[in-house]
Amino acid sequence: MKIIFTSKGKDWDSKIDPRFGRTEFILTYDTEKDLLENYDNSSVAEEAHGAGPRTAKIIYDLTPDVLITGNGPGNNAISVLNELKMEIYTGAENLSIKEALEAYKKGTLNKFNN
Amino acid sequence: MKVAIASGKGGTGKTTISTNLSAYLAEKRSVVLADLDVEEPNAKLFLDIELAKSEIKYKMIPEWNENCSLCGLCQEVCNFNAVIKLNTQIMVLPELCHSCYACSELCPENSLKMIPQKIGIMNIYKSDGLDFIESKMDIGQEQAVPLITKTKDYIKNNFDNKVLAIFDSPPGTSCPVIEVIKDCDLILLVTEPTPFGLHDLKLAIETAKQLHKPCAVIINRAEQGNLLINKFCAAENIDIIAEIPNDRQIATLYSGGQLLYNELPEVKKQLQNIEDYIDLFNYGGSYA
Repeated sequence: MKIIFTSKGKDWDSKIDPRFGRTEFILTYDTEKDLLENYDNSSVAEEAHGAGPRTAKIIYDLTPDVLITGNGPGNNAISVLNELKMEIYTGAENLSIKEALEAYKKGTLNKFNN
Repeated sequence: MKVAIASGKGGTGKTTISTNLSAYLAEKRSVVLADLDVEEPNAKLFLDIELAKSEIKYKMIPEWNENCSLCGLCQEVCNFNAVIKLNTQIMVLPELCHSCYACSELCPENSLKMIPQKIGIMNIYKSDGLDFIESKMDIGQEQAVPLITKTKDYIKNNFDNKVLAIFDSPPGTSCPVIEVIKDCDLILLVTEPTPFGLHDLKLAIETAKQLHKPCAVIINRAEQGNLLINKFCAAENIDIIAEIPNDRQIATLYSGGQLLYNELPEVKKQLQNIEDYIDLFNYGGSYA
């Protein structure tokens, strides 16, 4: 299973980035391989328009099963993300990546209904 | 001649000035007033005027058809992330599209035809001397600029440049405001003598300067002894052309949707000051 996090840094101790479209990093955790990979999304800061769908498209190409984020994506991003069979969880904004994964396993994050 | 009534800070009295000034001037000359705050137009509340006609307004957006090789050039050329290439389709996000036609024109398979999408409605009102145009954006639309542009186009095509056009602008200094003021001859900035009013006035003046537009200031809710705006304008060499007093009667009339100048001679006097300034400006005189 592939789990995606919006993150302010590259490792397990980094904080979740509460923003979806303008997240600084996109972290991918492959549970089978126990491997955490990062994608540097910081160039999104230069986008005046459409940060949400841009980030959504990057996530789309990574084909994850789960997305864990803070505030949650907006409508334009959702249009793209709906093309994936992926569950979205929000409310992880004050957690580290490690804590967010634990919270997901315990089922304490909010399931995002789109 | 085109005059924009703008502000920076919201709620300073743009619409109060726009409607009163337009109605007052329309007693003597031809005036067209346009409410270009298309996200929440409200000038009509103060005008007793008949609807002449309405026009539905559209913007052009691409529509994808399946005759497509998914080469992804459309996504590459879109500066607004409005066209997204997925595995089996091209997704168009109409709210982000700026109608630039790049994806449509450059598509090798002709798979993105431009089609009209309704963005709002333009209402045209008429009375003796005064023409009033108001555009309203549809709920769910995110971009005000295309509708503002279409409304300005209507005025350009239907009114002689000798008719005085007054544009009631949205607040702020972002794209919709730029669209309103960019081809105006004069910008009148309405402010109030508060720290917040002054702060946003500075931003508005900076915006006008960047566009090389002459501007002057109208103080609303002016209070005797409060020289916050006056001091700033004196230092910056910006004309203050009218001061509307902070008066409970104004609030009462406004709340009832009434124009002010017939009831309040002081307001009429200030509107006359604005007219004098516009005329001097128009005929190239200097303001003393």
